[in-house]
Amino acid sequence: MREQIKTKILKDAFIAAAVTAILTVPMIGLRLNVESTGLVLHKNFLWPAVAAAVVFVARLVIPFVLIPKVSVPAAWTQKAGDYKKWWVGALIVLAIAWPFTLLGGGSMLTAVTMAMVYIMLALGLNIVVGYAGLLDLGHAAFYAIGAYTYALLNANFDLGFWAALPLAGLSAALFGVLLGFPVLRLRGDYLAIVTLGFGEIVRILLNNWDSLTHGPDGINNIAKPTLFGFEITKRARVEDASTLWQTLGIDYSNVYQQIILYFIALFLVVITAFLINRLVKMPIGRAWEALREDEIACRSLALNPTVIKLTAFSLGSMFAGFAGAFYAAFIGSVTPDSFGFIESAIILSIVVLGGMGSQRGVILAALVLTLLPEFARGFAEYRMLVFGAVMVLMMIWRPQGLWPASRRRVELPS
Amino acid sequence: MAGIAPSGGIAVMSENAIIDKAEAVTAAASAPILSVKQLQMRFGGLMAVDNITFDVVEKEIYAIIGPNGAGKTTVFNCVSGFYKPTGGDILFGDANIAGRTSHEIARRGIVRTFQNIRLFRNMTVVENLLVAQHTQLKTGLLQGLLNTKAYRQSEKEALERAAFWLDKVQLREVANRGAGNLSYGQQRRLEIARCMITKPKLLMLDEPAAGLNPQETAALDALIRDLRDTCNVSVLLIEHDMSLVMEISDRILVMEYGQPIAEGTAEQVRHDPNVIRAYLGDE
Repeated sequence: MREQIKTKILKDAFIAAAVTAILTVPMIGLRLNVESTGLVLHKNFLWPAVAAAVVFVARLVIPFVLIPKVSVPAAWTQKAGDYKKWWVGALIVLAIAWPFTLLGGGSMLTAVTMAMVYIMLALGLNIVVGYAGLLDLGHAAFYAIGAYTYALLNANFDLGFWAALPLAGLSAALFGVLLGFPVLRLRGDYLAIVTLGFGEIVRILLNNWDSLTHGPDGINNIAKPTLFGFEITKRARVEDASTLWQTLGIDYSNVYQQIILYFIALFLVVITAFLINRLVKMPIGRAWEALREDEIACRSLALNPTVIKLTAFSLGSMFAGFAGAFYAAFIGSVTPDSFGFIESAIILSIVVLGGMGSQRGVILAALVLTLLPEFARGFAEYRMLVFGAVMVLMMIWRPQGLWPASRRRVELPS
Repeated sequence: MAGIAPSGGIAVMSENAIIDKAEAVTAAASAPILSVKQLQMRFGGLMAVDNITFDVVEKEIYAIIGPNGAGKTTVFNCVSGFYKPTGGDILFGDANIAGRTSHEIARRGIVRTFQNIRLFRNMTVVENLLVAQHTQLKTGLLQGLLNTKAYRQSEKEALERAAFWLDKVQLREVANRGAGNLSYGQQRRLEIARCMITKPKLLMLDEPAAGLNPQETAALDALIRDLRDTCNVSVLLIEHDMSLVMEISDRILVMEYGQPIAEGTAEQVRHDPNVIRAYLGDE
């Protein structure tokens, strides 16, 4: 038994290392440069090798740390709970320290902030796809609705970010209900097609409703979030108001502003993760999972499938709305192009890659899928190709995702 | 008796019904909680169930038997709302529930098990019982998110009820295991416990003894009686295991080709020529 586990771990480690190598070679191993002699392909296999080695060692070590706990079911949850709290704490400390390290400056900081947006989106979609088992291919529509809600409220009524944030979430949730009510009785493929269509309708609507959304030009000059009521821009939008920098007596710097935006994103991610973590442990979360497992059994136990699906759909959309509002504030402008089908596909890829129903997996996958392309700017055209390859490989070798959920939530003490 | 026409079945049926009525009045003297009248279910050109009429009174164990394809499960699906009957009435309490949605019927107090067990296989045993209590729990989102005292209390009581039922069906030791990993007999018991935790008035069991060994069947027999006696529940069951059916049923309805061919006590049904013909063929 023990031997078998060891062989399996070794095999897993090899496969993971191989996948890493396959993925990283085109992304960071090969580079095209324009030199006087023309295009030159630089090969550098050191970094892919390092990445593969790290993954290999990690895959070897992680199961050995966890195995003794798995084999003692009674004590398992308690230990896993402690362990989890420990890594959540470590993760938050790392996330807070991140912008102050050298690595974190400049464009990398922007990329990580965008990664936070994707974490929020994917955590929301994870409710719908991962827990409730409803295939939603139009999540970007709710992202767009959140973003445009803030953009329009800000442009027309001068509403600030924090006041508009709940409204953005609400309007996205409302559209979730409006779409969900007629279509949630559809199953599987049909639901996927309808949500796909809805995503496109929203994008096309935003593109063509010139009088409201300014069409393809989008809405520009959207206010940045404030920090405790102080503006974090170089000059205050309102006359006489002093910015955070003037109040603190520091010279404005773009990096400072980026750092604050990053922290706001981090704050929103932590709140999102916390709320969803609670939701899935509540009766409604159990009902989502039960619905995914067996809808007929649910109906025979007096659970109303439509209501349960609708809560999953509207809550998932609400978090997308929050993410959208932050995105609009962060970038400062919204255009319909930012919310195409490809965004929905990326968010879904994150959920599938991380492991459906696994929050930690989804967070990890969001970081991987949004940050890896940053390291491989030269290969931006191949991004979708790599995505496709990753998805195919994952489905073959690891359908449960990178870091699947541990399936034990409620235990009966004996 | 050769080539029984449907009308022959009805004639026998009405004969037995008279005997039953006298019995029901003397034995239970209580009003029926479920009353199925002239139930008909047609799938296109196929008449799956026709002319089915029966009552289940309080604390009664009522069985439906018949050869494969007789339409027993179709009757179940009509009563529990998974099919919308094409004719007839189903009275439960004082409401006609024919054609209502399955979850609404379940909420009114009719719950069922399935021939091919339908557990939430990837959830633990105790979680299966928690999901079943969904409509009884504090499901307000805010209460849960704020982790209020009332919410914690509600969850604690849910766990206690689950523990009670796990003790009752002897599944306490496997409470935290995945439901899909249980043995067949354990899964059957869990499915019954999951029904009972919803506090039903009528428990419908679709072939509860299928796949059980003789000891497990005997234990199931005892469990069903116990539920009837201690939980005030009426039981409507479909079963092929004749030893179980004859042992526990107060009354039995025999169906063939979607039609009723006999109704009565185990003794009456056992000696009914129509039943003998249906099971053993013509002489």
